[in-house]
Amino acid sequence: MSSHREPSALGRFLERHADQILIWPAVLLLLAFSIFPTIASATLALSRLDLAPGGFTLTFVGLRNFQRLLFGSQQDHLLGTMAPLGPLATGLWLAAAGLVLVGIARYVVRNLGREPLALVVGLFGRVLAALLFLALLALVLSTNAPGGFPGSLVTTLVYVLGGVSIQFLLGLGLALLVARPIKGRRFFRVVFFLPLMVTPVGIAYGFRMLADTGKGPLAPIWQAFGLEEFAWAADPWAARIVVMIGDTWQWTPFMFLVLLAALETQPKDQVEAAWLDGAGPWQVFRFVTWPAIAPVAATVVLIRLIEAFKIIDLPNVLTNGGPGFATESLTLHAFIAWRTQDLGGSAAVGYILLFVAVVTCTSFVNFLAKRARGP
Amino acid sequence: MRGRQFASMLLATTAALSLAGAAGEASAQARKHEGVTVNIMTFTGPQIAEPLQRRAPDFEKATGAKINVITVPFSDLYQKLLTDWATGTNAIDAAVFAPQWMVDYVAAGLLEDLTDRVAKDTALQVDDIAPFFREFSQQYGGRTYLITLDGDFQMVYYRKDHFQAAGLKAPETWDDYIAAAKALHGKDLNGDGQPDYGSCIAKKRNAQSYWMISSIAGAFLQSKGTSQGGFFDTRTMKPLYNNEAFGKALDVYLETTKYGPPDEINLDVGDTRALFTTGRCALTLDWGDIGTLAIDTTTSKVVDKVGSVILPGSREVLNRDTGKLEPCNPTLCPYAVNGVNHAPFAAFGGWSGGINKKAPAKVKDAAYDFISYMSQPAQSNVDVTIGRTGFNPYRISQFKNLELWIKAGMSEAAARDYLGAIEASLASPNMMLDLRIPKNQQYQQVVLDTALARLLAKEIDKAAAMRAIERGWEEITEEVGRDKQLAAYKASIGAK
Repeated sequence: MSSHREPSALGRFLERHADQILIWPAVLLLLAFSIFPTIASATLALSRLDLAPGGFTLTFVGLRNFQRLLFGSQQDHLLGTMAPLGPLATGLWLAAAGLVLVGIARYVVRNLGREPLALVVGLFGRVLAALLFLALLALVLSTNAPGGFPGSLVTTLVYVLGGVSIQFLLGLGLALLVARPIKGRRFFRVVFFLPLMVTPVGIAYGFRMLADTGKGPLAPIWQAFGLEEFAWAADPWAARIVVMIGDTWQWTPFMFLVLLAALETQPKDQVEAAWLDGAGPWQVFRFVTWPAIAPVAATVVLIRLIEAFKIIDLPNVLTNGGPGFATESLTLHAFIAWRTQDLGGSAAVGYILLFVAVVTCTSFVNFLAKRARGP
Repeated sequence: MRGRQFASMLLATTAALSLAGAAGEASAQARKHEGVTVNIMTFTGPQIAEPLQRRAPDFEKATGAKINVITVPFSDLYQKLLTDWATGTNAIDAAVFAPQWMVDYVAAGLLEDLTDRVAKDTALQVDDIAPFFREFSQQYGGRTYLITLDGDFQMVYYRKDHFQAAGLKAPETWDDYIAAAKALHGKDLNGDGQPDYGSCIAKKRNAQSYWMISSIAGAFLQSKGTSQGGFFDTRTMKPLYNNEAFGKALDVYLETTKYGPPDEINLDVGDTRALFTTGRCALTLDWGDIGTLAIDTTTSKVVDKVGSVILPGSREVLNRDTGKLEPCNPTLCPYAVNGVNHAPFAAFGGWSGGINKKAPAKVKDAAYDFISYMSQPAQSNVDVTIGRTGFNPYRISQFKNLELWIKAGMSEAAARDYLGAIEASLASPNMMLDLRIPKNQQYQQVVLDTALARLLAKEIDKAAAMRAIERGWEEITEEVGRDKQLAAYKASIGAK
């Protein structure tokens, strides 16, 4: 015979509030390590730090740090030197603007029957993303026009969009290759994975040595091609490409690993059925494999996008952001401002980065990732 | 026999007593800082950190204090110290850093005033430290906050052997420098059959390029003595880096690039020193380090082939009343030699040791003793002759005692040449002092450095670079307060 004991008052309390008790530690950790620093850095972005007896003082300066970056003496540094658009660039921008307008109009027409608030919110997000996209496109075009030079914002976008695209294509290609029953598959898996385990600073120093055309370990090869006098670090695009090669070498394995896992979990019977129906390799990939791995692909690209916006080690070690500020990312821009006591300017750059990264990644999720994942 | 035995016993007893005395003295000293740990921060080096790390065990053996040398990249050092001290973390007890930064640290009350300690410290022999370092680098507002460990001046080094072979003289003006660089560029300077470079100057961004340009510009901008200043007009605090004279300095700077390595804009002083000492450059612009690195037989291919001269000058200077570049005359260039105005630039001012004001008293005592120990002649007279230490001469005895240098491997002629160039710089009444006003890091390391980097990368032209410097400097001046900055600038150069 068993007796049922009534729970104590403490027990009842714990039972009643179990959900809150379990969630609060996580909330407090999030507040401590994420929300409070965000608020503190927002305060810094609107202030000027001065050294004063006893430590330092923070003076509220409003939006002055942002004004300096967007319209003042730091405009060249952040946005770059803008030149007038040529006919081709103007046409390209107008075409993009037209497409964006059509997209927004289609959204409005299709959602006219929805709840007004949902429509307004959806429209607001799309208009914001569209404006940012068009502004960034204009910036990219004008800073790359003759007489223009990209600033740290455009350079970051080049690293993010160019780098992540190349890494995705390479990672997917390698994953498709290794997913096949080829000899030495396991060996290649390990080898392709290795760069991911090396610290970015190590990679940067490694590439600095490898890219040294005068006295690096690959110097004989460069010299055989007549490149001993080629100074890649003195050429803006060559320097950016070297940074992107290093970044690609490090991050392609991440893409490879996740996409390989997705490929290996796709149903084999569908692929076999497609082969039996006479589909070619491209058709199998386009209509069977891609739909199966698209949700994973969208997720892995999103993770890389977020990470790529924070690139700092490679340009810092390889070129110190030079030549000029051709290879300087937004994070490196913020870091350089921070280490010269311009904490307000550094925080302002950080907030601009946060804004661009959030809008870009949210747009990616809303416009591409959701479609890839399907309804 | 007995007498001999007695004498032997006496000798043995005396020796034993002496040893016991020494041991007692050592243990008394050991008790002085027993159990104290000093965290001292400096840059990654290996220069500067190396002598601190090498001598720390000896100091620990003698005093019991454990010296923990923490190193960070040079570009992070200023902010790391500031963050640690200003936020009250105080994990760093002392540091070896640039005297330029003292203005910020002292204003925030972060540095210990060492005036009384230095006055009582006979072992330091402070009067032996050359007046410039003793009265400028070590002091702020008449109080001593730092102890000099390194004497810094920029000079020009040239390959004596190739200059003689080509019938060239040591450069007296920047035009001479360009002409010599042009004449020797593309020649094989180290016998490896490969063409080498006429000039190697560190022009990498976020490194030392902003000191190099001021070393060139000084000759065109400052001619009426140290108190005239080479960065700002002492009447208005307007920048001197946007006018015909600075434009001429930029011309020289850009022209040297034509005779340099193809990747010169990505080279820092570590790279240019390696190039020069392996015989790949005919000329270079650097601190005193080249002199001692050139005699290091393990790495140098230019032992006894290097000449050193005071920074080249100019026959034309800025007339601040007209804003034009005008030929030197006795009024405009009162300190000119042979009609050439020299303005040797005390770039950086020499690595110096300071103590965190908030460090515990016992730690401060140990930190002071260690910094003093490093600067005392017994240690520093050896360290300044070793290239890898990064320490350059700063004591009068180091300039006078040629034996030190000959013992280190320099020929007498080379030693006279090297020390003579430093002494000439130190003795110059027109020495240009480095910028030592609040936010000097932003003026130089951000605004000036960025404009130079963009100019070298051909992103902007000369006029745009000068406008960018002026605009950026004016913005900082306005932000901090023009009057406040002007007062600080005048005080830092001794202007009335």
